[in-house]
Amino acid sequence: MRNTRNIVLTVLLFVASVAVWELVVRVLALPSFILPPPSQVAVALWRGLASGVYIEHLGYTLLETLLGFVVGSALGFFLGTAVAMNRYVEFFFYPYIVMFQSLPKVALAPLIVVWFGLGLTSKVINAALVAFFPLLVNTMVGLKSADEDRVSLMRSLAANERQIFWMLRLPNALPFVMAGLDVAMIFALIGAIVAEFVGAQRGIGMLIQSMNFNMDVSGQFSLLLILSVVGLILNRGIGLIRRRVMFWDPSEKETFERSPEEAATPHPGRAVVTPAKEGVGS
Amino acid sequence: MPPVVTEAIAVRNLSKGYATRDGGVAALERISFAVGEGEFVAVVGPSGCGKSTLLKILAGILPPSSGQAMLRGTPIVGPRRDIGVVFQSPVLFPWRSVLDNVLLPVDVQGLGRERHRTAALELLSLVHLEGFEHRYPWELSGGMQQRVAITRALVHDPAMLLMDEPFGALDAMTREHMNVELQRIWLERTKTVLFITHSIPEAVFLADRVLVMTPRPGRLMDDLAVDLPRPRTLEVMNTPGFGEYARHIRGRFNVKGGIDA
Repeated sequence: MRNTRNIVLTVLLFVASVAVWELVVRVLALPSFILPPPSQVAVALWRGLASGVYIEHLGYTLLETLLGFVVGSALGFFLGTAVAMNRYVEFFFYPYIVMFQSLPKVALAPLIVVWFGLGLTSKVINAALVAFFPLLVNTMVGLKSADEDRVSLMRSLAANERQIFWMLRLPNALPFVMAGLDVAMIFALIGAIVAEFVGAQRGIGMLIQSMNFNMDVSGQFSLLLILSVVGLILNRGIGLIRRRVMFWDPSEKETFERSPEEAATPHPGRAVVTPAKEGVGS
Repeated sequence: MPPVVTEAIAVRNLSKGYATRDGGVAALERISFAVGEGEFVAVVGPSGCGKSTLLKILAGILPPSSGQAMLRGTPIVGPRRDIGVVFQSPVLFPWRSVLDNVLLPVDVQGLGRERHRTAALELLSLVHLEGFEHRYPWELSGGMQQRVAITRALVHDPAMLLMDEPFGALDAMTREHMNVELQRIWLERTKTVLFITHSIPEAVFLADRVLVMTPRPGRLMDDLAVDLPRPRTLEVMNTPGFGEYARHIRGRFNVKGGIDA
């Protein structure tokens, strides 16, 4: 019931804000190359989608984003592991990593496009460069943050360093890695779009750029809308993976995932034990 | 022919110092004692008397500065597989189910999961956790988690159990209950236990012998045999005999300038 009310409120709020926007534009008679009314944006969106133009370019941008995400996070994860686990790697490489980190990565986009051309490669590389850092830093912190008592326990069991890594440090780092992936996904999208701005033949970024030249502001708005929806979906996708990977983390559990009987008992485990015992007794 | 070794733990002139910025700190100073096979020995002392240091040395995760520590007649040079350790916090791995947590020593030491699964389930029912094997640590209360930790320490059937204030983080009621449980487990599976605590009643209730330590640096100042019949119930705490032991130990601390815990 509460859910239905929330949905209704959300929809009402959305409709109201769109109506206010439309009204403001009409009352103030704003030219549509400054701020188009939502009705025009909707028309532009419909035209773009119906003609298949948006879909084609969106597909291209998504491909760049996902490839960049995979390459960037994989590199970030492995380098983060190397830095966290090896003192020499940390000593020799970490200063450069920090230097590189303080650099706004999008500033590299023009260079990347010059080096790798107008095609897919430069976009993937740029997306990967931007997505790389959250993974590197989070993996490093995650691997190093293993609880001292847990390490002591492993050592008291005569575990070697490799076992401590696989059985303790890596699973311990997972929440950090997942948080890094969350950020990296959105960063990869930014990286791809920025590289498309600089020079591309296809993609949403290129489309926005060309619409800007033609003063097609409602077209740009419709693409921004698409990008925010895509960003949201990508983010939710990572959230889905996170809940599957970290099923053991209580912060991932929400109350409605538990059955009512379970939620009613203070110790969820008892729900399993008591019925059997009562069965024997009575 | 060498004499038959009956000492499970033998510590001779053991010292441990830590280097600090202004010189060094002696945590343990020339400690000597022995624990017989199957004996339950409690070490009691105020915080900072080096109790945990002693346990870490016996567990083989901290080297001593000087002196000698032997387990079952062999010197301790590193972690060993014939001991089980229980820490103050349960130290469970949240990504492992209760059963998988219990089987951690088996996984680390490559002992064969299938063979030890039955033992693990048996032990879980011994600590009244049957039916919880597929639960995750966050679903358990503090006392239940510590019982899982005890089960984990026992699963590879070690000859010795080293316990470092295992019930220190529990509330008073749960703690008394766990003391009774631990005694029951110990009576069922005869193990040598070295139990570290800063609670005098807990030490007297559980142990055959209580070693009393002085604070900074940790020295042994008393070795008291507790001659109360087993199994002991919580009522034993109200008997004059129990009170006499507790008073005696407390008196030792008062002579040395009080206990800070």
